[in-house]
Amino acid sequence: MNIRRVSVLALALSLSFFAAGCRKKVAAPPPPPAPAPVAPKAVVQKPMIVFFTAEPSTIERGQASVLKWEVKGADSVSISQGLGTVSATGNRSVFPSSTTSYTLTATNAGGTATESVTVNVTAPAAVAPPATPAPSDDFGTMVAKLIQDIYFDYDKSEIREDSRATLTKNADALKTIFGKFPNNTLTIEGHCDERGSAEYNLGLGDRRATATKEFLTQLGVSADRLRTISYGKERPTCTESNEGCWSKNRRSHFAAQ
Amino acid sequence: MKNLFLPCLLTLAASLAYGQPGADIVGRIVGGQKAVIAIPDFRGAGRAANLTAVFNETLFQDIDQAGVFKMAPKSMFPLNVPQRPEDFRKPLQYDPNNRTRAPWLLDWSEPPVSSDFLAFGYTAEQDNQLVLFGWLFNVRQPEVSAAQVIGKIYHGSLDEEGARKVAHEFATDILRQFGVESLAGSKIYFVSNRSGSKEIWVMDYDGSNQKQFTFYKNLVTMPNVSPDGTRIAFTSFAGGVPQIVVHSLETGRKIPFYNQRASMNATAAYTPDGKQLIYSSTASGWAQLYRANADGSKLERLTNTRSIEVEPKINPKTGNEILFVSGRGGPQQVYKMNIDGTDVTRLTTGEGEASNPAWNPQGSHMAFAWTKGYSPGNWNIFIMDVATREYVQLTQGAGRNENPTWAPDGRHIVFSSNRGGSMQIWSMLADGTQLRQLTSAGVNEKPVWTK
Repeated sequence: MNIRRVSVLALALSLSFFAAGCRKKVAAPPPPPAPAPVAPKAVVQKPMIVFFTAEPSTIERGQASVLKWEVKGADSVSISQGLGTVSATGNRSVFPSSTTSYTLTATNAGGTATESVTVNVTAPAAVAPPATPAPSDDFGTMVAKLIQDIYFDYDKSEIREDSRATLTKNADALKTIFGKFPNNTLTIEGHCDERGSAEYNLGLGDRRATATKEFLTQLGVSADRLRTISYGKERPTCTESNEGCWSKNRRSHFAAQ
Repeated sequence: MKNLFLPCLLTLAASLAYGQPGADIVGRIVGGQKAVIAIPDFRGAGRAANLTAVFNETLFQDIDQAGVFKMAPKSMFPLNVPQRPEDFRKPLQYDPNNRTRAPWLLDWSEPPVSSDFLAFGYTAEQDNQLVLFGWLFNVRQPEVSAAQVIGKIYHGSLDEEGARKVAHEFATDILRQFGVESLAGSKIYFVSNRSGSKEIWVMDYDGSNQKQFTFYKNLVTMPNVSPDGTRIAFTSFAGGVPQIVVHSLETGRKIPFYNQRASMNATAAYTPDGKQLIYSSTASGWAQLYRANADGSKLERLTNTRSIEVEPKINPKTGNEILFVSGRGGPQQVYKMNIDGTDVTRLTTGEGEASNPAWNPQGSHMAFAWTKGYSPGNWNIFIMDVATREYVQLTQGAGRNENPTWAPDGRHIVFSSNRGGSMQIWSMLADGTQLRQLTSAGVNEKPVWTK
């Protein structure tokens, strides 16, 4: 009993000690308290930006530019355009959709240093949110460029929230594509992950393909341009036995024919 | 539940072990134990000598696989093995330590062999043919004159095929003495990808003679064989979407089958009379069950739900009850209904996911795959008494175990398992013992065992 009480007390003491230590550390303001009495006239230099670059400085839309920087003597470093607080040395890939300037701001007690770089974005073939195909693209190429697979939950054929946005884009693109290729049809393949039985999954894949088709036709895509087929679990894109792989296999895939 | 089921299981095991009761021989076996049989290697004369390895292997496997005998360990056999009944010489006084003298029945019935029966004989070349002289002796008899159970001559071609044939025939005769239908001569149809795409293949029940049966160069799967063994129905993607295709097993040729307009017609199974097929179709939207004539005509819809329903299997004895897999209550489970779609009941408990129901030939039990107790995808083979819904688990979490079907003897099960790394065909006794891997090349699955 006594021993326990003593040890509880000791624990409480040490906890309060640590807690106090912690609090003190967190509460400490940016200017270091130490220099005041001893150091000879602590004149804090403002931080130095060694470099801040964008490589390449000109990109096509959709491509990446890498920002790299190194800063010395700063208490905080941040970059504009939503990149926020960053470490003193680092790099970050950015995908601006138009020409954008990034400003790096480094601060300490002595002041603030800034430097800016500009990433020039050129508009190549790609313009719309879904990359616009070249005029010469055939049906299959356009489908491959513009139409994205959608994914399902396990043993489910309901269209997920995230898939609705994808299908809405797909529907818009399909109207364009079918307008350009009035004689082509698209096959919606329903697929499943490896866990359910092959027989049941044949039925499940069919449901996924059908639900996908129904969603697209409700958005105005012509039903007679869309075929469905179930491959069950016979044609996985990913063959490992883990959720990362299974989630990729539970899909509706769009195949040009 | 468990305790209730135990006696039932024991009865099943007993009937598994001895087949139909009645044979005197079975009644003679003490304490309901399996009879012990000794099968020493047969020797071959002339050109038959090269075939003895195949012969001995086949004979041993046939008898061992049947599961009615305990195999006496070869390492305990006496040095002097008889090849003909005349080789037996009754000693004036039996000496168990003198194993070099002429053979006698007690050499086999006494320890360390402790056998009840002895299969012996020899093979020879005769008129360019393979000849087997085979005997089965009851070595518990006091005299050679009373010991003979079988003494017969078998003929085959002078090659491995012939060696397997005479071994199968001899094994069949031995097993028949115990009221057991031999599986020799039975075939297993299965799906293999070893040609580059999934096709139907066929092999002997022991894994020998593996041959490709379909050549669609496309996805072909889920076979079912008509009860008379003349036709095979499977699901093929060769027509663009999954459809039912029927072939003759006699000619190998395709037989016309009308596929109703649907994005999927699949998982067909024959009625016991072979005159109808029941299958799953998305003709009305969801995969639902339909019945049709064997040529696909005269369609009748059997189920009407907004769920996935596949794998209908009709009771081979009554021709009435259908086992099927449905997602109508949530995750896939095995259900039962009458052939007209009435009286639907769920057989599995609702736990995990259940699939692949298969009636035994007697129409009393089903083998099936279930993930009960495991995470999704980890299938094990179970057997359920369909009337009482009592079940027993035969595989215990070694890989994925799926698509069990029964042997014609109703005592063996063939299934696919990836316990060895890749999906292969395995057989076992219906009590989970006598596991045997039958395939090894490529991926092999969905076996169907036929006469």
